[in-house]
Amino acid sequence: MASDLRPNDLREDLTVVPLRHPGRWFSGTVILLVIAGLGWAMAEAQIQWEDVPGFFTHPVMLEGLLNTIVLAVAAQGGAILLGVVVALMRLSANPVARWFAVGYIWLFRGLPVLLQILIWFNLALVFKSISIPMLFEVPTNVVMTAFVAALLGLGLNESAYMAEIVRAGLSSVDAGQTEAAKSIGMTPLTTLRRVVLPQAMRVIIPPTGNNFINMIKGTSMASVIAFLELIHAANNISSRNLEIMETLFAAAAWYLVMVSLASIGQHYLERAYGPR
Amino acid sequence: MALVEAIGVRKSFGHTEVLRGIDMEVERGEVVCLLGPSGAGKSTFLRCVNHLETIDAGRIWVDGVPVGFRSHGGKLYELREREAAHQRRDVGMVFQRFNLFPHRTALENVMEGPVQVLGRGRAEVRAEALALLERVGLAEKAGAYPAQLSGGQQQRVAIARALAMKPKLMLFDEPTSALDPELVGEVLDVMTSLARDGMTMIVVTHEIGFARSVADRVVFLVDGAVVETGTPADVLDNPQQPRTQQFLAKVL
Ligand SMILES: Nc1ncnc2c1ncn2[C@@H]1O[C@H](COP(=O)(O)OP(=O)(O)OP(=O)(O)O)[C@@H](O)[C@H]1O
Ligand SMILES: [Mg+2]
Repeated sequence: MASDLRPNDLREDLTVVPLRHPGRWFSGTVILLVIAGLGWAMAEAQIQWEDVPGFFTHPVMLEGLLNTIVLAVAAQGGAILLGVVVALMRLSANPVARWFAVGYIWLFRGLPVLLQILIWFNLALVFKSISIPMLFEVPTNVVMTAFVAALLGLGLNESAYMAEIVRAGLSSVDAGQTEAAKSIGMTPLTTLRRVVLPQAMRVIIPPTGNNFINMIKGTSMASVIAFLELIHAANNISSRNLEIMETLFAAAAWYLVMVSLASIGQHYLERAYGPR
Repeated sequence: MALVEAIGVRKSFGHTEVLRGIDMEVERGEVVCLLGPSGAGKSTFLRCVNHLETIDAGRIWVDGVPVGFRSHGGKLYELREREAAHQRRDVGMVFQRFNLFPHRTALENVMEGPVQVLGRGRAEVRAEALALLERVGLAEKAGAYPAQLSGGQQQRVAIARALAMKPKLMLFDEPTSALDPELVGEVLDVMTSLARDGMTMIVVTHEIGFARSVADRVVFLVDGAVVETGTPADVLDNPQQPRTQQFLAKVL
């Protein structure tokens, strides 16, 4: 389309008509209406909203919160350490180590976490005691508390994922970096610690953060073996007063708080290890 | 004894033999330029001198020590990676693609070896590292990260990083090949002054001008074998072998 303006006209003060976005106004209005409708439904629902804050800070709920945090952090921390070891085995020159790593990942990633938790918790049914000959021997049902079973179930499954994440991170670092480190006389361990891992972090941190957020929520599976995490805590409270939804909402609020904090933490970690 | 002595060095990757029996001597303080067509095995030989590759046959000695081995009771024992790392302290290497540590500043790159490998005190190492950066003309870039430096500046930091280990020998693998033409000079200047100061150097390069003015000896490598060696004047201006003549006709 030819312009009806000439270059000289552009020097004058012309009225500029900004582009209109009717579609945005329409979709925005629809979204706001939907939200308003949901809010109205919540207000109309037969929920004792005024009871929720009390459950939020109920001593049993707080105990469940603490247990949830301890379980999630311990399982994720253990998974990271194990994951690094398995990833190094996966990348090692030793074929036995490589095969072991592949099998480990296949097994612990392949089974549902819930199933793994149940198997650990019921281990006493098939092994009466856990022992290393001549070193120690303990009865299985003493060691395998709900916490330990949940820790193993969640942690081992996560360690298989961490192994793959760490492996991807290590492989992402240019081979020239290792050569440069070697050329100034660095040992393999120092090279890993000072050169390769810090650079692999950029690749490792984002998926690890996502997995940790999943881990926080995954701890809820420990409720099936009566470990006192948030959901089990909520059930304990509501079994006395029958305010099931109110206690579940209080637990839900705690999950959102934890997940939000974890996301903020991940943001700062990513910035600390981000590209220069 | 020469600082570097290589005898009958052979190396294969799979079924292709890349080094077919290389003999070479480098005296203390000598600068040797390795020339030759692409794929001749120049990089591979350099990497063998630093034990970044293991050799299949032959032997390389650096300062009387067999590279990659420990001699004991008349036998040679292959080194573990930890022990090989110890040997590499004495040999500096500069790579075509710089390979600076991107997560550390120029100063930290230079300090990394003395602090982490030699376990020396930071304060003392810092002063030395600053002096080395000054020497390569980058004192004011001490706090810069590699990504904030030009290719020529990165390569000069890489040279300082290698020098920080006070090596007996410096290996350069096409140190200017990844640089824009206008940045080549600043790196060659640093290498020239290093040579003047008596550093023993093996330099793989396509910079014939540098070889002519700085090298004590030029070694011409084709298909994994030395075809001609001599002073720059002999090899570059009066080549005897047809392969050398062909190659020089192309690059000059
Ligand atoms: N890690 C490796 N695996 C297999 N083949 C290799 C490896 N490294 C080098 N080669 C082969 O060995 C031969 C010599 O390579 P080298 O890099 O030493 O040559 P070069 O003389 O440095 O060549 P250029 O001038 O291109 O750098 C080439 O054919 C190359 O493909
Ligand atoms: Mg090469």
